[in-house]
Formats: sequence, structure tokens, C-alpha cells
Amino acid sequence: METVWYCLIAGMIAIYVLLDGFDLGAGIIHLFVARSDAERRQVLASIGPVWDGNEVWLLAAGGTLYFAFPALYASGFSGFYLPLMIVLWLLILRGISIEFRNHIEGPAWAPLWDVLFCFSSLLLAVFYGAALGNVVRGVPLDASGYFFEPLWTNFRLGPETGILDWYTILIGLAAFLALTQHGALWVGLKTAGPVQERSLRLARGTWWGVAASTVVITWVTIHVQPQVYSNLSGHPWGYVFPALALAGLLAMRWFLRGQDAAQNDRKAFLASCAYLLGMLTSVVFGLYPYVLPASSNPAYGLTAQNAKAADYGLRIGLVWWTIGMVLAGGYFVFLYRHFAGKVKVGAEHEGY
Amino acid sequence: MASPGRTVRFLHRQDVGPAEAWYRPVAGVSPAARATAGQASRCPYEKGAPLDDALAIHRLHFAFTVTFHYLFPQLTMGLALLLVILKTLALRTGEEHYNPAARFWARIFGISFVLGVVTGIPMEFQFGTNWAAFSRAAGGVIGQTLAMEGVFSFFLESSFLGLFLFGEKRLGPKGHWFAGLMVFLGSWLSGYLIVATDAWMQHPVGYTLGPKGEILLASFWGLLLNRWALWQYAHTMNGAVITACFVMAGVGAFYLLSNRHEAYGRTFVRLAVVVGVVAAILQLFPFGEAQGRMVAHYQPTTLAAMEGLFETQQGAPIAILGQPDIQKKRLDNPLVVPRMLSFLTYRRWRAKVQGLDNFPPENWPDMIPLLYYSYHMMLGLGTIFIAVMLVAAWLLWQGRLYTSRGTLWVLMLCLPLPFIANTAGWITAEVGRQPWVIYGLLRTRDGISPQVSAGNAWFTLIGFMGMYTVLSILFLFLVYREIERGPEPATAAPAAGGTRG
Repeated sequence: METVWYCLIAGMIAIYVLLDGFDLGAGIIHLFVARSDAERRQVLASIGPVWDGNEVWLLAAGGTLYFAFPALYASGFSGFYLPLMIVLWLLILRGISIEFRNHIEGPAWAPLWDVLFCFSSLLLAVFYGAALGNVVRGVPLDASGYFFEPLWTNFRLGPETGILDWYTILIGLAAFLALTQHGALWVGLKTAGPVQERSLRLARGTWWGVAASTVVITWVTIHVQPQVYSNLSGHPWGYVFPALALAGLLAMRWFLRGQDAAQNDRKAFLASCAYLLGMLTSVVFGLYPYVLPASSNPAYGLTAQNAKAADYGLRIGLVWWTIGMVLAGGYFVFLYRHFAGKVKVGAEHEGY
Repeated sequence: MASPGRTVRFLHRQDVGPAEAWYRPVAGVSPAARATAGQASRCPYEKGAPLDDALAIHRLHFAFTVTFHYLFPQLTMGLALLLVILKTLALRTGEEHYNPAARFWARIFGISFVLGVVTGIPMEFQFGTNWAAFSRAAGGVIGQTLAMEGVFSFFLESSFLGLFLFGEKRLGPKGHWFAGLMVFLGSWLSGYLIVATDAWMQHPVGYTLGPKGEILLASFWGLLLNRWALWQYAHTMNGAVITACFVMAGVGAFYLLSNRHEAYGRTFVRLAVVVGVVAAILQLFPFGEAQGRMVAHYQPTTLAAMEGLFETQQGAPIAILGQPDIQKKRLDNPLVVPRMLSFLTYRRWRAKVQGLDNFPPENWPDMIPLLYYSYHMMLGLGTIFIAVMLVAAWLLWQGRLYTSRGTLWVLMLCLPLPFIANTAGWITAEVGRQPWVIYGLLRTRDGISPQVSAGNAWFTLIGFMGMYTVLSILFLFLVYREIERGPEPATAAPAAGGTRG
């Protein structure tokens, strides 16, 4: 039962990264690919109808984590107290930047929100990456199952790690590159004209960064967290996950080549989805059964077994979760189809 | 019952130290709590004020963020109902007039909803960040309702809100009405799941205790259909409707008094008064009354503290005015209605009501004056709402309301009061539950995150205070602009087009 929930929650988080990832990425790049107010509105309109629905996946995944693995929720959230609070502030800033930007027209209003939108999106991408890095590296859990990490200590791995050390910063940068790429491909998919052109050019440049960071973090991670390699060598079918990431990476490059890029915008975006999905599932596969490994003493690590809630609740949960997800899937298909296609310039005044 | 575990403390357990030290009026938190939650034994530095103490800051952190948060959902949940009514009127009567009216309130709804969402996310996080021990003990139970909120209502709301706010043309009248209905259902479902979570903390049901004292879910429907949740839900949602009615009536009165958008002003006042008079009366009876009787039955200590009843007596009076003095165990300058409390609680004038003297002091709520005042403010404001709405409804029936400037002034000035009443009601519920975070099962001081220091909690509390100050200013500014522009803005509204083209 706990393995089922381990996979379901990992799946929810992966969907969150794929969906909110592109609107975070759009936030990171919009200052650079959109120059005029009309172009900025074009980028915002490409994520406007969907961004808060995308963010709901984070809340739903958090809530599901809470009920299925309460000990993990308690330990992880209190241990990552500071970065989570910073993430909350960034989510607040970002939400109001998107929603309030177009309430007033004027040179002192919109640019402020544009800069805040870019700033908060960028930092969120880095913090999400660093958070993932912390989970992979392990945290200094004590015997009672709690820990607390300051934002940084000496930036080294060891018994007294902070949220930021060289490894987690590296993963943060990799996440920043990957989500920039993902966002550029989304904007390329949803827009036409100069914004699309600039986005795809940006994506082509970023690709080399993503490829290089993939090689580096893969090599480093295998050394930082031995569980990953032992899981892969113990169950070689797990190589399908890194293979998916590699295929996505190469396909992205293929679809971005030459003059055909604008025709292949959808395929390139899907390749980016495959890349992110492959990377995340590799991590999930590599860490199992751990949900939060301990860097202090491996025996203190939280696993799917020792962090789970009672079986009765998990069984009941499976019933309503399935119903809820079918409904949510229905809304999302409807929503994305309703707003499908390229954003029209000036379409934002259509409203009523 | 199973043996008490590491995280679970039971009623009447004598672990609070010397009896005479149970309460010191200057300290908001009992000294026993400070000794256990803080690091008094390790740290040589003398802790003077309770605000040096992690427990107090975690409580203040949650209290501050949730109080600010709930200003917005109470407006949006109430407005959602009024919007569905407006859209239904537009559909049934075919009068075009109702559509701009609905759009105007949808714009205010949209601004409030954004703030409700962004301030709501920190609430879910704080269960883990600041209340880790509580989450570990109870997550298997209340995680159910919180996760269901995410899976059922957030997806519903977020998907249909975009369609409702920005899709009127594409959806057509019936489709738009349906999107509005879905937003209403989503937000009211969200309300139920949150109230059910709180109700379980007030009156835990449907659980068993595991071998290590952990709290295990035993009955899903018991949790979901908790008797406490049903009445608390009715009381809470009806409170939200009252807020929305007073806001709508206040804006309508403002338009009528300033001779602007008068046709809309009349519609707003009429709808708000018709719905508001019903809601204001229902709030006292049966909803508030039933809530009070549940408190009397399941939390008699809380009832005694709320009412400032220090001594058990037959034919207990109800206090209208008077300041509780905890040390002298009495009310100063009391103004009471004799025997009323006995009657309201047990329907008998001479019934015996238990006073605080009947309960061990370590189980008394730890901020009795705050509890007493918040309860009395809620009750007093609720009474004022009934009076105001009855007068307005009578004048409306007589056809004189739109020209009665005095009553319109009162309606306009009442606009902020339901926000205060709803907040006071929640303070009554949450402070009244003290010293328990789960009534009778887990003490509040045992629920905090063991490794998050007071310093780190202060750091983020101050951050939230700064951020929420900015949000307040933005909210007032944007809503003021919408009210200034009115229901029929001269230009196509860029706000409405927003980001969702």
C-alpha cells in the first residue's frame, strides 16, 4: 500500500513540475523574449488561464503527502522550515504579480510586476532544485525523526549541512536551466511572431547548458547518494528512466534544429516534458524505499514504510483520490482545450 | 484506552508543575508550557516575556496568518452565493441589468480570491513547518480532509474560476451560469473540508489510539460527518454570507448616498438586505444556538470561560458587560441577565451550570480574557446585525429604503463589522479549545515543531507581517478603484481581460 502511495505522490509532484515548470520558465524568460507591453501580455496570456490550476498540483500533492506519510510531512516541513517559508513568499509575490499586473496601465505599474514576476519565478526554480538536492543528499535526521537545517553552513557536505551547499546549489542551477528551457519551449508553442522566434533561439542556446548540467549532476549524484546506483544495479529495468531523460534531451535538440523549429514547437515541448519526467522518475526510483534519507545515520532515514499512515486510511484514500483525480483530469483536459492554440495579440481584451 | 504515548497527553494528567504557578496574568502562556517547549534547562538566559518562547511565537504565527487569510474567504464564499443568485436572476428574468451587476461583483470576487489563495497556501504549509509534532500525531486523520480539499475543491475552483471570470462571451449565458455555480460549489466544499478538520480538533471522533499512542483513523464517515462539523459548517458559512451581504449592501448604500449608479445601488441593497435579514436571524437561531449547546456539552470548561462564569451555580446569569479578573476570580462591574445562561444552555431557568471552579486549572483555556471578549464581541455584533437588517428589510418592504438616508448611512458604516464578528467567532473557537490543540488528546505545547526555534519563527512571522501589510494596501487600492469605476466602466476593462485572453 505504501509503495502505491509513494508512486502516486511522486506522480503528482512530477505533474506539478511539468505544468508549473513551464509557467515558472515563462516567468524567467519573459523579460528577455518579450520587449514591449503587448509582447509581455502575450507571454502572460499564454499561462494566464492555467497557472493557478498548475499550482494546485503542488497543494494537492502536499495534502496527499500529509495524509499518506504524516511523519515525512512533519519532519520534512519543519526541517526545511526556512526554504519553505521563502518559497511561500515567492509564491505570493508571483501570484499577485501575474494577477495584478494588468489592473492598471501605466509606466510605473506594469514594469514593477514584470520584474517581480521574473525575480520570483527564477528564485523558485533555484529553490525547488535545491530542495530536491537536499532530499537526494539526505538530511541530518536525529533519532526522534526531526532535523533543522539553516540556510547554509560551510557549503560542504558532511554532518552539519545547510539547505545550500555546493551540491544543492548545483542541482538548483540545473533546475533553473531545465525550467528555463521548458518555459522557452512553452512560450514558443503558444505564441507566434517575434516572441516565438526569440523563445526558440533562447531554447537552442539553453540546450547546451541543460545537456552539460545533466552530465555533471548525474555523475555527482551517483557519488553523493550511493542508494541511486545500488538501486539501478539491483534492478536494471530501472535504466528505462534515465534512458527516457536522455531520449527527451536528444529529441529536444533534434526538433529545435534549423528552420523547422517553428513547425516542431509542440514536439520540442513534449520532448522537454519527457526529459523532466525521466530525470524525476530516475530520482524517485533511485531513492526508493527512502522518502527522506538521513545523512547522519542511515538507520534514521525515513522510508515509505516507517513514515506512512494507518492502512485503513490509505485504503479509503485510494478510493476518493481516484475519483478526485479523474475529475481533475477532466477539468484540465477541458481547460487546456478551451484555451488551446496560439495566443492572439490583443486577445486579452476579449473578456466579456 | 491504550497507554499514553510519547505524543499524546490525556485529560487531567498532572504534568504542569506546582499548582500555584498555573497562571500568571502577565504571561499569555503558562510557565509550564514555557519550561517544556523552550530550552530553559539548557539555556542560562532568563526568559522574561512569553514572546521569547517558541510555543508562543508558533501560536502567534498561525493566529496572525490565519486571521489575515480568513478576511478573504469569508467574503468570497459569501459573494459566490450572491453571484449565483445574480446570475440566476439574469437568466430567469432576462433583464440585462443583472449581468453588469454580476460582472462588477465578479471583479471584486476575483481580487479577493487571489488574496485568499496566496494567503491560504501558507496555512497548509504551517501544519508541517510550525506544528510538526501535531502533524505527526494527527496527520493520518486530518490529512484526509486537507488532502480532499486539494483534490476535490481546489481543482474545481481553479479550473472554473478562469472560465467564470474571463469566459462569459465564449461560454454563453447558461455556460457562464454553470461556471459560476461550480465556483460556488468548489468554494463551499472547500469550506466544509476545512471546517471538518477544525471540528475534529474541537471534538475528535472516528479514531483509535495505536500501540505507540499515535492517533489512527478508524472511521472515515465518522470524521466527515462529525456532528460538530455539521453545525460549525452552518454557522461558519452563514457568517460568510452575512459578510458578503453587508459588503454588497454597503457598496449599494454608498452609490445611493452619492447619487451614482443608482439603479445598481438599488439592486445591491435589495438583494443584500433580503438575503442578509434571513442570514442574520439564522446565525443566532438555530446555528449559533446549536453551536453554543455543543460547546456546553463537549467543552464545558470553554463555556464557563467564554461566559466569565467563575463559580458553579443554579440559575446562572449571562454577562452583557464586565471585565474578567482571573486572579480575583470575578467579573468587574458586571451587567448580567439573571438565569439566562441556564435557560439558554439547558432550557431550564434553574439548571446548574458548571463554573471554572469545577475544573482543574491546568485545563482552563489560557487566555480567558481574550476568549471572553471575542465571544462577547461576536454575540454583540450578531445582535446588531439582526437589528440593522430587520430595520432595513422593513423599510424595503414599505418601499422607503432607497430614500432613507439614515438607514443607508448605517448600512454603509456597518460594512467592516461582519469581518470583525467572523474573526471574533474564530478566536472564540480556537482560544476556547486551549490548552488543547486536539481537545482532550494533545496539548498545544506538545504540538509544535521541536527543532524550530523562537528566533526562526520570529524571522518568518515578521516576514509575513511585512508582506501582508503590502497585500492589504494593494487590496484596498484595487477594490477602491473597482468601486470608483462602478458596474459600467466607460472603457473595456483591462482588469477583466487580465492575463487570460
